[in-house]
Amino acid sequence: MSGFRSLALAIFKGFLRDRQAVFFSVFFPLMFLVLFGGIFSNQGQSKLDVVEVGKVGLIDDLPAQARAVFGDSFSVAKSDDLAASIKKVRDGDVVLAIEQQGKKIVVHYSNADQVQAATAQGTLQSFIQAANVAASGKPPTFGYAARPVEDKSLKTIQFVTPGLLGWAIATSATFGAAATLVGWRRSKLLRRLRLAPVSTQSVVAARIGVTLAIALMQMAIFLGLGVAAFGLRLTGSWWMGIPLLVCGTFSFMALGLLAGSIAQTVEGATSLANIFVLPMAFLSGSFFPLDNAPGWLNVVSHLLPLRHLNDGMLDVMVRGKGPTSALAPMGILLGFTVVILLIASRFFSWDSD
Amino acid sequence: MADTIAVQDMRKTYGDLKAVDGVTFSVQPGEFFGILGPNGAGKTTILEIVEGLRAADSGSVSLLGMSPWPRNSGLLPRIGVQLQASAFFERLTAREQIRTFASLYGKSTSTADEWLSRVGLDDKADTRTEKLSGGQLQRLSIACALVHGPEVVFLDEPTAALDPQARRNLWDLLSSLNSDGRTVVLTTHYMDEAEILCDRVAIMDQGRILQLDSPAALIRALDAGVRISVEPNALDPDTARGLPGVESVEVDPASISMATHDPTAVLGELARREALRGLQVKSATLEDVFLTLTGREYRA
Repeated sequence: MSGFRSLALAIFKGFLRDRQAVFFSVFFPLMFLVLFGGIFSNQGQSKLDVVEVGKVGLIDDLPAQARAVFGDSFSVAKSDDLAASIKKVRDGDVVLAIEQQGKKIVVHYSNADQVQAATAQGTLQSFIQAANVAASGKPPTFGYAARPVEDKSLKTIQFVTPGLLGWAIATSATFGAAATLVGWRRSKLLRRLRLAPVSTQSVVAARIGVTLAIALMQMAIFLGLGVAAFGLRLTGSWWMGIPLLVCGTFSFMALGLLAGSIAQTVEGATSLANIFVLPMAFLSGSFFPLDNAPGWLNVVSHLLPLRHLNDGMLDVMVRGKGPTSALAPMGILLGFTVVILLIASRFFSWDSD
Repeated sequence: MADTIAVQDMRKTYGDLKAVDGVTFSVQPGEFFGILGPNGAGKTTILEIVEGLRAADSGSVSLLGMSPWPRNSGLLPRIGVQLQASAFFERLTAREQIRTFASLYGKSTSTADEWLSRVGLDDKADTRTEKLSGGQLQRLSIACALVHGPEVVFLDEPTAALDPQARRNLWDLLSSLNSDGRTVVLTTHYMDEAEILCDRVAIMDQGRILQLDSPAALIRALDAGVRISVEPNALDPDTARGLPGVESVEVDPASISMATHDPTAVLGELARREALRGLQVKSATLEDVFLTLTGREYRA
């Protein structure tokens, strides 16, 4: 036990003093979190700029409640100069110029940004229809309500935090295992430890223990910063992310062991770990959601452990699924661990000669 | 007393290469035992088999009365090992390294610190091992091998890759290692090192032990006599050849040197002729032994 403790301490100190490792496993992913969390936090809330030319009864006479909804979609500026307003549309400063001619609402739009123009027109038409229905004095036959399926507070940060955390853990676990194995083998430290009265289990357990501690630290930093600074809201069974993360760490350490068993130098091992981790992060939805990805890509991504870690963490941490939903991804991650370890054992050796 | 190490007809083959080709030797308690030979002679393989890192193909090995293979955890606390390369944890200071090794053997931090000062690394205690010089690294790795007070210590080429000055500095430390009854086994490819440090030396080449004895006995058995040299203008070569006891004379720009088995007579004669300017007397070295045994120059 004292062997485990002193080895774990030595490895942990070595990690904290390795500026490059700390940067790439903690600060680099955090930079992405700040980037995504900060820049895209208002996504989906941008309003459409329109100009109201003269007096438009539809807009001015909206009942208070409808006016609030209208204000959610449109930011209205007023003007009396039609020509100047149309120029603004042409220049792309506003989406629509709206004027009223008798009982007709006339909308000036530009074909330069057809998507925005269409969105604005559609929304405006729905207000006109609602006003028409109200003018007829009859109650509407059909009501309409739209509700997002996610937590109402859902923002970009909800999606990116679990994915980036998954990437950060994949990086530190894979690189840690690979660099330790190759470095210790080359420096003959592995051989030296075999001649000391410590069991192989203690050596392996010390390395795993340190990697798990680092992973939990990463989780605390990511979730803490997300909640404190970027309005991240965790759902009920987010704590199931912890055992998920432990299982994920095992499979990434196995991956690192594979890289370290194949490579002969520390440089080779880290390059190999890079080749494993970076494409895996892209294909597993760490940087962008894979909802619109082609089917074959989804199939490929399910062959990667990080995909299952990311999905599992999204489910329990932001999609509000129950704790049991994490069990299947955990099982899959442990399965990956076993398979990768079996492959790695074919290449493994204690000595580099 | 029982042998500390007893090796009987050890053999180990890697593919076609006979790394160890039938080696037999024993090491007594408290002895400073050297295994000497050029690179590839099989020194390291022998050490690895005796330590228990590898199994021999055939033959028997006993260390402190036990078999080192398979990994014998009862034996490990009683042996200390210093490996060829400097095997340390990354980014730890000298003090942290030796304390880590000490705790692996259940030894206190104060024991670790004592060893650090014993090898003269007090002022480097807070320096990371990446920043230590070759000689300092070797001192630290020797301290790490000895921190748990082993009965037998194995040193694999501890002075390899050191400059001559650092090498001589390390000899002082090495020669003190068996002072308290500890058995030391050292491999080296330096003749002078084996001559100075070892009680007995096994001279190896191509997986075999060519000769095993104390350095002095090996040189005596060679019966090579001594070489006496003086400044070239102290004496003319023909006179030198005529001196009683002189067997052959070599002249080069720096000296005139005479080979003899009767140095007393030759030196007396030179003194009488006042021809002692630049006098040097050299006896045969292990290098000469190696040359005689293998018929070729020693290549380190």
